[in-house]
Amino acid sequence: MSEVKNILLVGVGGQGTILASKILTSGLMKAGYDVKMSEVHGMSQRGGSVSTQVRYGDKVYSPIVGRGSADVIVAFEKMEALRWLDHLKIGGKMVVNDFQINPLSVNLGQAEYPEGVLEELGKFCEVQAFKAAEIAKELGNPKAMNVVLLGALVKSIGGLDDIDWDAEVEANVKPKFAELNKKAFHAGYEL
Amino acid sequence: MKVIMSGNEAIARGAYEGGARFASAYPGTPSTEILENMPQYGADVYSEWAPNEKVAAEAAIGASIAGVRSFCAMKHVGMNVAADPIYTFAYTGVTGGFVIVVADDPGQHSSQNEQDNRNTAKAARLLMLEPADSQEAHDFMKKAFALSEKMDMPIMMHVTTRVCHSKGIVELGEREEVAVPDYEPKIAKYVTVPANAKKLRATLEDRIAAARAFACDCEFNRVEMGDTKIGIVTSGVSYQYAREVFGDDASYLKLGLTHPFPADLVKDFCSKVDKVYVIEEMDPYLEEQIKALGIDCLGKDVVPKFDELNSDKVRKAFLGTEPETYKSDKEVVVRPPALCAGCPHRGLFYSLAKRSKKQPLMITGDIGCYTLAAAAPLNALQTCICMGGSLSTGHGASIAMRNAGKDTKVCSVLGDSTFFHTGINSLTDAAYNKGSNLNIILDNRITGMTGHQQNPGTGFTLMGEPATEVDIPALCKAVGIKEENIKIVNPNHLDEVEAALDELLPKDEPTVLITRWPCVLKKFSQQDIDEFPTLHKTQCKIDQDKCKNCKVCVKTSGCPGLINTKDAVTIDVTSCNGCTVCKQICPFDAIEEVTL
Repeated sequence: MSEVKNILLVGVGGQGTILASKILTSGLMKAGYDVKMSEVHGMSQRGGSVSTQVRYGDKVYSPIVGRGSADVIVAFEKMEALRWLDHLKIGGKMVVNDFQINPLSVNLGQAEYPEGVLEELGKFCEVQAFKAAEIAKELGNPKAMNVVLLGALVKSIGGLDDIDWDAEVEANVKPKFAELNKKAFHAGYEL
Repeated sequence: MKVIMSGNEAIARGAYEGGARFASAYPGTPSTEILENMPQYGADVYSEWAPNEKVAAEAAIGASIAGVRSFCAMKHVGMNVAADPIYTFAYTGVTGGFVIVVADDPGQHSSQNEQDNRNTAKAARLLMLEPADSQEAHDFMKKAFALSEKMDMPIMMHVTTRVCHSKGIVELGEREEVAVPDYEPKIAKYVTVPANAKKLRATLEDRIAAARAFACDCEFNRVEMGDTKIGIVTSGVSYQYAREVFGDDASYLKLGLTHPFPADLVKDFCSKVDKVYVIEEMDPYLEEQIKALGIDCLGKDVVPKFDELNSDKVRKAFLGTEPETYKSDKEVVVRPPALCAGCPHRGLFYSLAKRSKKQPLMITGDIGCYTLAAAAPLNALQTCICMGGSLSTGHGASIAMRNAGKDTKVCSVLGDSTFFHTGINSLTDAAYNKGSNLNIILDNRITGMTGHQQNPGTGFTLMGEPATEVDIPALCKAVGIKEENIKIVNPNHLDEVEAALDELLPKDEPTVLITRWPCVLKKFSQQDIDEFPTLHKTQCKIDQDKCKNCKVCVKTSGCPGLINTKDAVTIDVTSCNGCTVCKQICPFDAIEEVTL
């Protein structure tokens, strides 16, 4: 029985973590894995921290990724990577969007956004950091940032090359955005 | 066919396959998507948004009495609202199979309290099913209707946030078509005058006994024997956490039908293992009943009594181990949710916040996005007790203040959907009993916080049909609020808001202020586009030559569209919706509105 893999997608409400995890889980299911995915809706959508947890393997029980167990964490915002660091497995990897969104308290001057987040993460684990929004912007739309990150995540997880990701992207986005998102996926994968 | 579904999607699909023909709900996290997923199954499965959970339950009860398979769905606190009809419906039993889906929120992801409604199933004497994942949510829901008819009992489908919102693979089936019988009055069954109800109370015991016997030998409860040193009794999603931690090193009694409690099955399982562990979220529902059988077991002495459970907590409780993790000393700033850029609630709360610095003001609040106005920098909401409660708590407070000779004025704030939920009753109380609070209805043309559901004020039904709209000012007048005491304003126009507050607040009688502007995230109807022509057509821009970097706009509005750095304040073009509240706040006239 193959070991269950744990993937965390973390970010800020509105960044598109849910679409990315939908494409990921759909691909994993077609590849024959048992898959569970967990997300929390409701008030956290309003600019709060969000996380989507994906687990796959021969047989998955709990839908939740525990502390110290994530094989890969992809962070759509860099401070969120630091927030979830304790969920990374020892020896796990991080894919981090070099992108900052200030929480309200920082905007109000009541708190300071931590400096040197990427360097801090690098002290613990292998970090692949890049500016996904800029890559997506070059492809035509900064909103495709989430699919760029998904491409990098799939590469980082490894062993998922047999899945037809183009087909999964196409099945989960509006037809007029299909080409853009396929390019975004590959751009992330090739990084 | 296999598909990935959330528990909520699976419940909707299970209801369709189980032959349901009627569904009603009031939205509430984590249950909302159940009804949102019903219209796709077409007109055979009629579905609707009810104004509140009691109405949803009663409508579904009516459909059951009329002979069709029906269900209602709600979050855990909605069960409290629906409790009145449900407790009595347990007595009468059903005609068409009936299911009440109740979604608890352990850990309070999106709720004002945490309550374990398994206790309600026991107290109301309902047959209870507890699925552990999406496949079971689908299967249990599908089978629940026939089971309800067989046992003549309403069924509570008890789910939790992790079952509702986690996704798993579901094998789909076909719809079971069930013919609708001709209506036959059953007066002794459904007219619960004491003479009938006393008999029903007695027969309910017989139905419970039959259901208990069924529970001890049914497909919903299963034994998985492994190592017999440890035997784990568990239900719902807790089963997954138990399996994750103990694997094959334990035996499991995995319960899916937990009321009536399958006592004989539990006794038999416990007799086959050395030690009994009970793994359940929230209350010791199973544990107390196991202990009442005289069985020694370990449960809430080690498992947390509240908050959401997970594998880490189960491991720590029973094995005393914690995973090895990376720990950074760098401090991470909390990121709570906030009112969106362009939220129509901001203008009103900005004005209330400003005013509360000048005069003693009590601001009673309610359940909705606007509860976020309690946070800095607005700090303009002081209570939040329950859905629809703001107007009545405000009424009581206003009378108490007045009679005690206090000059604190009371404002009560709630949304349009919340007003229709139970706020109308409260406003009637204020009018009837000569209250003196200002009742503010934030009409953002949709049910906002749960993700944009239609309601009796929006002009559309769940199934997408055009509908009549409640005329809120006319309704307020009809319950007894004087016409001159009802004002409607655009909350983005601070002068309008201020003028209305100036006029209404000093009055010693109940008054109503309606703020009317759509939620900026909603999908606009043609009516919205016609009524609010500037929607998404303008944005604000800061003229950096005029800006003195005083930061008043950021620090008083809390708008997330204003980006504050040490050297300047700028406006994020990807989030500004042109509400112009910052423009009106700016003391230096440095913000302009630009047409897109």
